[in-house]
Amino acid sequence: MSGLFDLVVNNPLLLAEAALNGLLLGGVLALLALGLNLIFGVLDVVWIVYVDLSMLCMYLIYFTVQVYGWPLLLGAAAGIALGVVLGLLVHLLIITPILNSPPVNQLLATGGLLFFIQSLATFLWTTDHKTVRLSLPTLEVAGMFVSFSRLIAFALAIVVMIGLYLFLTRTYIGTAIRAVSQDRGAMALMGANPQRVYLVTSAVGGMLAGVAAALLIIQYSVHPFFGAAFGPITFMICVLGGLGNMPGAFVASFIMSEIISIGGVAWSTELGYVIAFALFIVLMFIRPGGIFAKRQ
Amino acid sequence: MLELSGIKAGYGQFTALWDVALRVTPGEAVAVIGPNGAGKTTLLRVISGVIAPVSGTLTFEGAPITGQPAHEVVAHGIAHVPEGRRLFPGLTVADNLKMGAFLPAARKHFAESVERVYGLFPVLKERRTQRAGSLSGGEQQMLAIGRALMSRPKLILLDEPSMGLAPVMVLRLFDLIRRVRAEGYTILVVEQNVRQVLKLVDRAYLLEVGRIRMEGRADELADQDFIRKAYVGL
Repeated sequence: MSGLFDLVVNNPLLLAEAALNGLLLGGVLALLALGLNLIFGVLDVVWIVYVDLSMLCMYLIYFTVQVYGWPLLLGAAAGIALGVVLGLLVHLLIITPILNSPPVNQLLATGGLLFFIQSLATFLWTTDHKTVRLSLPTLEVAGMFVSFSRLIAFALAIVVMIGLYLFLTRTYIGTAIRAVSQDRGAMALMGANPQRVYLVTSAVGGMLAGVAAALLIIQYSVHPFFGAAFGPITFMICVLGGLGNMPGAFVASFIMSEIISIGGVAWSTELGYVIAFALFIVLMFIRPGGIFAKRQ
Repeated sequence: MLELSGIKAGYGQFTALWDVALRVTPGEAVAVIGPNGAGKTTLLRVISGVIAPVSGTLTFEGAPITGQPAHEVVAHGIAHVPEGRRLFPGLTVADNLKMGAFLPAARKHFAESVERVYGLFPVLKERRTQRAGSLSGGEQQMLAIGRALMSRPKLILLDEPSMGLAPVMVLRLFDLIRRVRAEGYTILVVEQNVRQVLKLVDRAYLLEVGRIRMEGRADELADQDFIRKAYVGL
């Protein structure tokens, strides 16, 4: 623990900077986790391929902006639109034919799609890291250095999450999505076509993957294993918050991002991930239903 | 209003209903009574489209509804209060009622419908911001009925409304169903509490092992020795 101790005693400013960066990373992770969780809540399937869909959207933004010279906002809009289309396609082509199979089969099917996308991306675009360069300044706030693009990504992620919250609580179809996640069959008795609720959920989930892609591409370079880098942590956040529990996923995103960020500065990025995953395993023993699960 | 003929239905290889015929006319309250496993719940599930019959026909207000999925049957004006209530426990009372008005036609009249439901069940208004899962059994049953009323149905299907309620609450519940009836709704109720339900309805059918064994006016059925001994416990 000497790394963390040193940091607290000798360099509190660096610790604060790490904490702030963790907070900013948490915003984007929360977007991914909420999208994955939303789909799980309604369809009882974890889309293992979820972050790889984001990756495809990142590639689209990269190509439109860097190769075809589109303005970034237009490229981002295209990326978000692709997210919606991919969400619908995954539901219609992968999930719908096996909707009544055991959830594990559906999980494996989306897992198969993950390897397909990974291999296809490697084949088409090689393993090169591709970046959308934004010449944005780094801000200095009270002696801490924060990247402006991270700040923008965080702010936009929060705005989108507020939008998601309003959608899920204020609209009929959004409330129906929450209702279906509690009782799949009863919502049909209210007059809601289950297939339509599934499609809307998958489209919204895909849209969130697209928004996350737009916010990630201004901070990270994209490569065929991007999904492998962010997928496990996204899944872990969902389990930690309690699968299907949206507030749980939101809070768990920040817990995980802080551990990674502070751990990364105190020791190394790798060790930060090691600590995060170790904590996850320990918490699964103590609270298998997630940190916010009610005790049975 | 509702007419079933020759209905055969079941689950997979198992047939739960054999050649069932049943009729409900507008403004009527009709009960289906019978022992556990007689097929009463299956009958309601066939009517509301949760399961499709193997053979036979269903018509509602002259229109064939055989084989239509549940979400389309509701739009015809049939609301199903399912066994075990099936509320959305994590949603508030108000959101449960909102979901009852999910159909576009019902949404337009949401404000009016919700006032009507709160008028019938004032306790739901008091508890409107509470989660449905936190309500007592009786309140949950009121919410389940209220949620069904939100779709502005013509016919309400009630599956074992007294199930799991304390005896005092059962009596209150039957009073409340009487008030719902007085509002002009047509009711088809499935119930094990035969004594109470026969006081509530006009006519009743006796269902045993998937077949209609007897039908008649509620007061006549209540006087039959056979029914008194087997179901009313007198």
